[in-house]
Formats: sequence, structure tokens, C-alpha cells
Amino acid sequence: MRNVLKHLSSKNRRSAWLTFVVFAIVLLALPFFTDALFGRGWVRIVDFALLYIMLALGLNIVVGYAGLLDLGYIAFFAVGAYCYALLGSPQLGLHLPFWIVLPLGALLACIFGVLLGAPTLRLRGDYLAIVTLGFGEIIRIFLNNLNAPINITNGPQGISMIDPIRVGEFSLGNTHELFGLTFPSVHLHYYLFLFFTLLVIFISLRLEDSRIGRAWMAIREDEVAAKAMGINTRNIKLLAFAMGATFGGLAGGLFAGFQGFVSPESFSLTESITVLCMVVLGGMGNINGVLLGGILLVVLPEALRHGSGPAQQLLFGKTFIDPESLRMLLFGLALITVMLWRPAGLWPSNQRRRELVTKNDSAHL
Amino acid sequence: MTTPTEFDVNLLELSGIAKRFGGLSALSDISLHIRRGEIYGLIGPNGAGKTTLFNILTGLYQADSGRFTFNNTEYSGRCKPHVLAQAGIARTFQNIRLFANMTALENVMVGRHLRTSSGIWDALTRNAKARAEEHAIVQHARALLTYVGIDRPHQTLAKNLPYGEQRRLEIARALATDPKLLALDEPAAGMNATETENLKELLLSIRASGITVLLIEHDVKFILGLCDRVAVLNYGKKIAEDVPEKIRCDPAVITAYLGTEPIIPAQAGIQS
Repeated sequence: MRNVLKHLSSKNRRSAWLTFVVFAIVLLALPFFTDALFGRGWVRIVDFALLYIMLALGLNIVVGYAGLLDLGYIAFFAVGAYCYALLGSPQLGLHLPFWIVLPLGALLACIFGVLLGAPTLRLRGDYLAIVTLGFGEIIRIFLNNLNAPINITNGPQGISMIDPIRVGEFSLGNTHELFGLTFPSVHLHYYLFLFFTLLVIFISLRLEDSRIGRAWMAIREDEVAAKAMGINTRNIKLLAFAMGATFGGLAGGLFAGFQGFVSPESFSLTESITVLCMVVLGGMGNINGVLLGGILLVVLPEALRHGSGPAQQLLFGKTFIDPESLRMLLFGLALITVMLWRPAGLWPSNQRRRELVTKNDSAHL
Repeated sequence: MTTPTEFDVNLLELSGIAKRFGGLSALSDISLHIRRGEIYGLIGPNGAGKTTLFNILTGLYQADSGRFTFNNTEYSGRCKPHVLAQAGIARTFQNIRLFANMTALENVMVGRHLRTSSGIWDALTRNAKARAEEHAIVQHARALLTYVGIDRPHQTLAKNLPYGEQRRLEIARALATDPKLLALDEPAAGMNATETENLKELLLSIRASGITVLLIEHDVKFILGLCDRVAVLNYGKKIAEDVPEKIRCDPAVITAYLGTEPIIPAQAGIQS
């Protein structure tokens, strides 16, 4: 019996390695496949999916782990993006390198996270949601109006001609020839974003299974009991806000460098809701679920945009409904269906699975 | 060997504790002291203020006035729950408040939070300190689960445990904070005779390990058979405090529970 188990585990390890290698190859080759099969526009969509995944993972710390409903999360994305835009564009005449600006944006977002967290510590549920919603709107309105009397953010026109992400002479804004392959700008950004996404996943995984992660979940489950068990709920909640905001700020900086243009329009309430949808639809508190949610919510509307026109042509011979309006209708319908089907999300938190695994373990003993 | 002074003998001292909720006086002028190593019972009819007193002891409410001394340190005035937990007061709740979607083991592991110190950096790097601490937490939690008698797989979600074991899990979680005073809010509520008997043994063993126990209970027989001393609350006032034998004959207590008319059969019922 023991030998069988040993054999099984070595086999498991080998298959785990195999899965890892296959995953790595797929992820590395993804932009080239996407480019060849669907066109360059889709590589850009994949890049955006990675940005959204970073955002969703950040929000997952606040909403999924600590159970604090945050409807203004996109504000931290905005802080990171505007920090990059202001310090790396002709707007203020500053052109700081991205390895200064990007961490600075994340740090600034972190500070904003604490600033938002501090006054909301006593709030929970709906009340917290309303305050965070207000915070998100305040940031957006500030960005919209900080063009007078002194022009800082350039108001609704936004900031353009933002420096591309550049290391020395190697700019991610240009096409490069490396190892005999051509890497267009979107491909290069893909690898950069992939690196940061993996970093955020790594941090999330480590935090989830730690003393801090347990304290977050204890607060989510029962704040009063968590307090009575000696958890300093104030600090631990602020930590959740700060961590979530840091990821948001990081994604924001990357967004600004990638897009080359930011305007307050990109940081509306709808964006906050979209990121929240990714977390809830995928499965709150579960990293796999959040990844799935992020990918679906970026890819699905795009697929509907490109697919609903031709599909109507095929079925009815002509286009009845403008694909642009139809896609959001179908998208909303898909969201409702999923939430009715799987209220805990597509890939719910792994509690149940963990429970099943251990039952099998004890059966072996 | 020096003889311990009164100051050292008492683990907890309350004097003149009062708490009002608007016009309702939930507690007024409560003074009591709990000695180290005793099992102290707190009884009284519904709404007498027992749980309010618990909430003040654990920092969930702040007393309006009065002095509150625990383990030779004064905690009067504003005091956060985690500070009192750090000082060594751990509690359970009347209506079970476990972390429902966490496993039994994780519930107890959360209890170790305030006796451990790994931060973000330790969690991210998973350095030697963090790993050693995590290992110790798991070992300690497993030992406590066994100690309180939960032999189900430790990965069972707290919400899926049977009622009696949920109560025990709450005790294990409280014990994980290394308390000096374990405050139990109706631990035997809803338990059958066997479960109550097991609980009694558990509490005696906890006391034997050097932890002082404070307990609220409605089961008079349970409390009289277990406690060293008992205080009786009624309408937010302490009406009696004594050894159980005296309490069961105290006219004020009998009046509080049964009304003013001395009814002989009911009185016999209390004594049984």
C-alpha cells in the first residue's frame, strides 16, 4: 500500500512538472499563436486581459479574502496610471524612467488605499460599498477637473504622448528582432504583463496561506469573533486595502505605459463594476476562479463584438441589431445565467475541494 | 515561600462597573473578583446583563464607569478587544461564532494569531522563521483539537461540524490564544446529558492546567456542580455571590428566578 502511494506521488510529481512545462510553453507562445490565428488586435486584447487579471487579483484580496466590498477599486488603477502619465510625459515636462515611476505609482496607490481604508474601518457591507463608490468617483472627478487654475491633469482631454516603457535604449514601444523572431510592441508588453501577473499570483498565493491570510479570512467570516481572538482588525483591514491598492496602482502604471494615453474616462464606475464582476463571477477568494473570471470578462465581450455581426448574417441573411449594442446585451445575459447557475462563482473557493482531499487522506491512513 | 497577597490571588477585579444603553441600565455598580485557578459561575435570568458583562471584559463594549483590573494591570476606560486578548482573556460566544467557511484546524490556527508574529515579508519569502512558526501553529492547533475531543478530520469546515463539536471548537480556538482567563458564554446550551458531562470534564481539565474559568450558564445543576463560586445577576445588579451551596438557598436568588411567592415544589426543582 505504501509503495503504491509512493509510486503515485512520484508519478504525480512527474505529471505536475509536465503540466508546468506545457503551461509555460503555451504562455510563451500565446502572442504568436493569437497573432497568427486571430490577428494583431487580439494580442492587444490579451494584454488588456492580463491588466484586468492583475486588477481582479488585487480586488480579490480586499473583497475575496478580507470580505470588504469595494466599489471604487478602479481609483487605485487611476492613481497608478496618472502617476505614470504625469511623471513620464510632456504634460509636466518630466520624463522619469519607468522603474522609478512604476513603483512610485504602486506606492502612491498603496497610500491612497490606506487613506480610503482608515475612515471606513467601522463600516461593513452596503455602507462600505457606498463610501468606496464615492471615493472612486471623487478621484475620477478630481482628475477631470484638475486642469484649472493650474493645469495638472489636462482635464477631460487626458494626457497623451506618455513615454513608452523603456530600459536604456530598449523601448517596448518599438518592434524588435530577437533570437531570429520579430517581437512587435504588443508582444513585448504581453511578456512584461505576464511577468507582473505571475508575480501578483505568486504574492496572492503566498499571502492566502499565511498568518495574514488567515486573519483576513477570519475577518471576512466574523469580524467580532476575529477581534475577540486577538486580531488587530484595524491593522489587518488596512493591510488588505493597501495590498489590493498596490496591485491596482501597478496595473495602472503598466496601462499608462502601454496605452500612451490616459483620460478620466477610463476610470469610470463601470470599470470598477467590471473588475468586481470578474472576482464574483470567477469565484471570490479563489485565485483560479479570479483568473477565469478575468479572462472571460475581457474575451467574451470582444468575441461577441466580432462574432455577433457575422452570426446574424449567417442566420438571417442580414444584420438586425447593431453588434455593438447586442454584445453588451448578450454579455449581461451571460452574467445573469452564470450567477443563477453557480451562485458561488464559476470556480468557487477551494474550501470544498480541500475538504474532499483530506477525507481521502484520512481514508488512506 | 511568601504568602500571596490579595492582589496576587485575584486574577480579575471589577469594581463599580456600569453600562447604559440609552435609557436602559444594563449593568449598574457591578463589583466582583475572580481568583486565580477557580471556576467562577455567572448566572441570572434572561436579560440580567451577563453577556453585557462578558462583552465589557473582552473589550467589545466599553464600560461607562468603574474599575477593571486584570492580572495586576488596570484596563479601565477604552480598551480594544485585541489588547485584552493579548492580556489573556479569551472567550466563546452564546450563539456560536466560528469562522464558518474555514476548516476546524484553521479556526484554531487563527487563535494563535496573537502569539505569533509573521508579517507580509515572512509570508512572501516563506523564510525559516515563517516556516518554523507555521509548523508550530499547526502542531499546536492539532493538539488542541485532540485535547477538546474533536476526532473528526481536522479539515472539516467548521459549519459542517455537529453542534456539540462546534462548541468544543470554539473552546479550542479560545485556548489557542494562551488565555489566563477563559470566559465561556453558555457553553452547555443545547447540549444533551452526555455532552454536558463531557464538557464538565473538559472544563475541570482546563482548570487543572492552570487556566481560570468564568462561565455563564442557565443550567443551574451544571453550574452548581462545577463552580467554586457563583455570582447572580438580576436586572444589571449583582444580587448574590457565594459558594454554590449557599447560592442555592439564597432567598434573593430564589426570588429572582421564581418570583416572590415561595413555591415549595419549584424550589425543590432548583435543588435537584
